Amino acid sequence: MSTDIQLEKKKIHPYQYYLWGGLGSIVMMFAGLTSAYIVKKSQANWLDFELPNVFMASTVVILISSFTIQMAVKKQKEQNENQYRGFLSLTAILGLVFIILQIQGFKALEANSIALIGNRSNSAASFLFVITGLHLLHVLGGIVALIWISLKAVSSKNNIDNPMPVKLVSNYWHFVDILWVYLFVFLRWVG
Amino acid sequence: MSHEAVLHSHDSHGHDDHAHHETFLSKYVFSMDHKMIAKQFLITGMVWAVLGGLMSVLFRLQLGYPDASFPWLESILGKWAKGGQITPEAYYALVTTHGTVLVFFVLTAGLSGTFANFLIPLQIGARDMASPFMNMLSYWFFLTASIVMLCSLFVETGPFSGGWVAYPPLSALHDASPGSKSGMDLWIISMALFVVSSLLGGLNYIATILNMRTKGMSMTRLPLTIWALFFTAVLGVLSFPVLLSGFILLIFDRNFGTSFYLSDIFVNGVGALSNEGGSAILYQHLFWFLGHPEVYIILLPAMGMVSEIMSVNSRKPIFGYMAMLGSLFAIAVLAFLVWAHHMFVTGLNPFLGSVFVLLTLLIAVPSAIKVFNWLTTLWRGNIRFTPGMLFAIGFVSLFISGGLTGIWLGNAALDIHLHDTYFVIAHFHIVMGVASMFGMFAGVYHWFPKMYGRYLNNSLGYIHFWVTLAGAYMIFWPMHYEGLAGMPRRYFDFSIWESFKQFAELNRFISTVAMIVFATQILFLINFFYSIFKGRKVTDLNPWKSNTLEWTTPINPGHGNWPGEIPEVHRWPYDYGKDGVDFIPQDVPVGANESSH
Repeated sequence: MSTDIQLEKKKIHPYQYYLWGGLGSIVMMFAGLTSAYIVKKSQANWLDFELPNVFMASTVVILISSFTIQMAVKKQKEQNENQYRGFLSLTAILGLVFIILQIQGFKALEANSIALIGNRSNSAASFLFVITGLHLLHVLGGIVALIWISLKAVSSKNNIDNPMPVKLVSNYWHFVDILWVYLFVFLRWVG
Repeated sequence: MSHEAVLHSHDSHGHDDHAHHETFLSKYVFSMDHKMIAKQFLITGMVWAVLGGLMSVLFRLQLGYPDASFPWLESILGKWAKGGQITPEAYYALVTTHGTVLVFFVLTAGLSGTFANFLIPLQIGARDMASPFMNMLSYWFFLTASIVMLCSLFVETGPFSGGWVAYPPLSALHDASPGSKSGMDLWIISMALFVVSSLLGGLNYIATILNMRTKGMSMTRLPLTIWALFFTAVLGVLSFPVLLSGFILLIFDRNFGTSFYLSDIFVNGVGALSNEGGSAILYQHLFWFLGHPEVYIILLPAMGMVSEIMSVNSRKPIFGYMAMLGSLFAIAVLAFLVWAHHMFVTGLNPFLGSVFVLLTLLIAVPSAIKVFNWLTTLWRGNIRFTPGMLFAIGFVSLFISGGLTGIWLGNAALDIHLHDTYFVIAHFHIVMGVASMFGMFAGVYHWFPKMYGRYLNNSLGYIHFWVTLAGAYMIFWPMHYEGLAGMPRRYFDFSIWESFKQFAELNRFISTVAMIVFATQILFLINFFYSIFKGRKVTDLNPWKSNTLEWTTPINPGHGNWPGEIPEVHRWPYDYGKDGVDFIPQDVPVGANESSH
């Protein structure tokens, strides 16, 4: 029996596979969109414009949030409930700030007469809107997950014993962080 | 609950635990038992197969009898068949919906959803899927997608009618055709829900196969069904999101005035569009990046089941297990690298076209390996011609016939002539449509005793097989000649062209056979539903004398599959005729003097 349990311990949790598979799916979706962007850029009617600086600020914010989620993982290991919940909340707040900054970025473009959608729009700006908008929705999903595990940690003391939820959410959060860095570099320099 | 506790509780929930708490709703409707979810997928898929098949009968009626009037059609279709003749709009809607539901709802959800759900836990030795809840959710997303698609058939302006590929501008412009209005909105909502269902299912299949195998079930001891379902799931998880990204851009063009696919084209009755610089070809790239792997998402599960059924019923090990595995892998990889062979006539750079020709023709190599191995598995086997086995052999026949014309179409120089003709219709219906349907039938006939604890009627099964096989060839073989003569697909009426008048009789013949084949499927449905309740009862735990683990469960396994411990695996699943023994199940330990396979 003890051997069985040791064997089980070596197993990767099935939800980890779900997450990796799901991340693979998300990578493919953004690979599809950025490939389409490259194809479209090489065709006529492409509008070149500068990315507003606010996107730089949002990049810094999401990078910091990766640090705070990692601190939450550390505090879970140390079984420090208050700080665990604190870092989870801080990460969620940084996520919200990121979303607000992204929306500010869209507004800055509109203020510069660069329409994102509608009849006056150029597909260069529309691509930026769709790609960053979809990424924003993924961050929003991460915030929902953060709130969920924070509430679980409040409602039941036992939940801090289980490392799996915060491990999964932190993996996802680092992923959307790296994904944004890729998209930012792509949209600012490559695209 | 800790990680270990989760695993332990998952492993220990035997079927007895569940029997006590089950209600009608929890057992048949909101079931989390993979076997019941498989049946839900199967029966929903069958409903769509009947509807999709009926649609093909209706549009074949128009093609076979373009000048005739059938007053009964008006009583069924109302304004879509005024005066007893299907309108062109209805014809396009029927063709579109037929393609969409057969490709996605029947041969993807109906096939993978059924057999991945049913066979993965049973053949790898697991109590259930890694996440039974997500599994249930996968079915409910599929059902919701089905209901939305069904609703689209009843909207005032009719269902979407721009072809199953939904190319813009027909799909992007509300005013392109009646079906481009709310019918298209519902079509795209339905497809988005379907993609979510496929992703949830696919992730579950991958996690279960990698994580939940019983003791001793190493990856190289997996039956080929499981390997095929694994690659299918990987293909789906990596290609459906790209389709989704294409759909998102399409939604923006349709509803938010963007110009991803639309440009300043002139539309009759609307005038020049205000969009600028959009490229409809871009959509084709995104669509076919899923579209081609989709062919293998449909084919691979059938290939896996056929390998298993052939080995069991030949009483011989599958020939070249590792070669079969390698060829599955090669097909899965190549599936992502050939999408532009659907686009040879879009003005594709000829050099790029030749690269895609080469990659496409490379698929012939793993395909030929598979065919060779199936035939050598049959060679000098002690073959049992059960209906399941006949459908498996039928699959190989159709795969060869349809595969050979793939070599023609994969060649850009030939494709320029054959593109969008009936030659293409013939090719993909034989190699992908009917062949996979045969794989599905083979699976149903073979695993029906495990699904329902009863047998299907063999005599009806034989009639079903022979009429369907002969019918499939009689329907699709002549289409090659029509296509070679240049007869284009998707046309409502060919009678106005002098050059195609020669095919009027042939079209009538094809339509008549299509109706006979459709009627024969009703026979199968009667057999299926009658046998669930009144079929001959299974009395033997292992009626096909098979080696795989599903036959070590009780005749009617409950939720949890094995009442006691899950069996341990000691060997690969193809020890048939080894050392003079007819079959040695996977859970039998290797004897001291036993030779290695």
